[in-house]
Amino acid sequence: MYKKGIYEIVSNRPLTDSVWQMVLAGDTQYLTAPGQFVNIAIEGCYLRRPISVCDYNENSITLIYKVVGRGTEIMSRMQAGEKLDVLTGLGNGFSLSAATERPLLVGGGVGVPPLYNLARKLKAAGKRVQVVLGFNRADEIFYADEFEALGVEVHIATVDGSVGVKGFVTDAMKALEFDYIYTCGPLPMLKAIYNASECDGEFSFEERMGCGFGACMGCSCQTTKGSKRICKEGPVLKRDEIIF
Amino acid sequence: MRDTSVVLSGLRLDNPVIPASGTFGYGADFREFYDINCLGSFSFKGTTKEPRFGNPTPRIAECESGLINAVGLQNPGIDAVIGEELPRLKEFFHKPVIANISGFSIDEYRYCCERIDREEQVGIIEVNVSCPNVRHGGMSFGTSPEAAAEVTRAVKEVTTKPVYIKLSPNVTDIVAIAKACEEAGADGLCLINTLLGMRIDTVRRRAVIANKMGGFSGDAVFPVAVRMVYQVSKACSVPVIGCGGVSSARDVIEMMMTGATAVEVGTANLRNPYACKEIVETLPVEMERLGIEKLSDIIGIVE
Repeated sequence: MYKKGIYEIVSNRPLTDSVWQMVLAGDTQYLTAPGQFVNIAIEGCYLRRPISVCDYNENSITLIYKVVGRGTEIMSRMQAGEKLDVLTGLGNGFSLSAATERPLLVGGGVGVPPLYNLARKLKAAGKRVQVVLGFNRADEIFYADEFEALGVEVHIATVDGSVGVKGFVTDAMKALEFDYIYTCGPLPMLKAIYNASECDGEFSFEERMGCGFGACMGCSCQTTKGSKRICKEGPVLKRDEIIF
Repeated sequence: MRDTSVVLSGLRLDNPVIPASGTFGYGADFREFYDINCLGSFSFKGTTKEPRFGNPTPRIAECESGLINAVGLQNPGIDAVIGEELPRLKEFFHKPVIANISGFSIDEYRYCCERIDREEQVGIIEVNVSCPNVRHGGMSFGTSPEAAAEVTRAVKEVTTKPVYIKLSPNVTDIVAIAKACEEAGADGLCLINTLLGMRIDTVRRRAVIANKMGGFSGDAVFPVAVRMVYQVSKACSVPVIGCGGVSSARDVIEMMMTGATAVEVGTANLRNPYACKEIVETLPVEMERLGIEKLSDIIGIVE
């Protein structure tokens, strides 16, 4: 079940040169799982902008978004106190019940945010949570401290080696022991993780969307279990559903 | 109480608001937003004989006041629609539905319409003639009066339900095609389908959509739709369902004054899932503002 509502911007601030954090106040009852997303109407844009949920509680939603085009550019100029028309509770999200004792969460770039609420909930469920966060350079890193503050084990990989393991998230994964993977990030990263791991897991995909709630069939993908809409039966697919 | 009802080929609708095919699935996705029984009817996703995945992604390109789609008629096929979607729909939608049928050959149109003819909940068959006609070199059935008439005749032979032909605007003379369909026995016409369009990603230096071109729809096409509904409704005597860029009760009334008996709302549903519900609720207010007692009185009132 999902719903359209009016949300007030509590804060909107940059975390890096191009990544912003926006906190919204409003009804969160339709958010039921980590890894779901919201779809925001933006004045001056025909379509809404789908943004993954980083964290939420009873009355607020934290979003982290990268400024990549006109819509997110407009979002970055919005001020606290402004109101937004938002559809919430979209997508399936990650499954908490599937987690084993030692889950590994792997995020790349703006694929990092949806793992935060997941990490918090897995930690609260008593799991030994390990997180690998991948970025290009030191100045692109965000939310590492927030993950640390949850009390989970955080590993960083940077392509230029300026922080943590030099290379990709798959390089940082080599030294770790885990028996389940949750991941979100660019398609090449998901594919590399799929090929570099054997254990079961859940992969969160990105696709250009029209409506975000299953009506337009714009974001369909082929899976081992027939076609699925990334916005509705996704964005999270189980490992055995994926066709790369 | 203002009267919003309209009649399409003997089928009485509580109001003229009909979500357009391809923007409303088979109804279930919108049931999660509101009770869709407030609608006049709705036109379900274009259905073909075999299941189709459609085109590769990306399939959507945003535009100024609209979007381009190249979904490529993704649908579960006529067997699944009859076996799964319609029985499910019956549980939460208690009005006649419009069955949108597509095909790549005359035989396919005929087969699907014959199958759907036996479905009680289907009130009207809407035949989409915008798909490429394999036998005629890939040009769509809807771009030639002869091919459109041929589809119409073939479909009329196998069904007793009203047949509406959904016309493409990507033609030189839409009136000639509309008249050919009417002469071939069409009970009504629906127009317009999407306008062929294209967008370029200037950073990547390639088309935004994997299929390169797609159908442009949304608010921006409204004036084109109004013009074509005007031309066709003046030239033909069968009812016209107006479609294209409608997003408000005001647009619905404009479309009806132009000549439409009922109005389909498409792309507006994708940016606001409550668009049709809001239009249905606003219609009486707008009628009051314009001094309209009975909505059907204004059909084609514009000279």
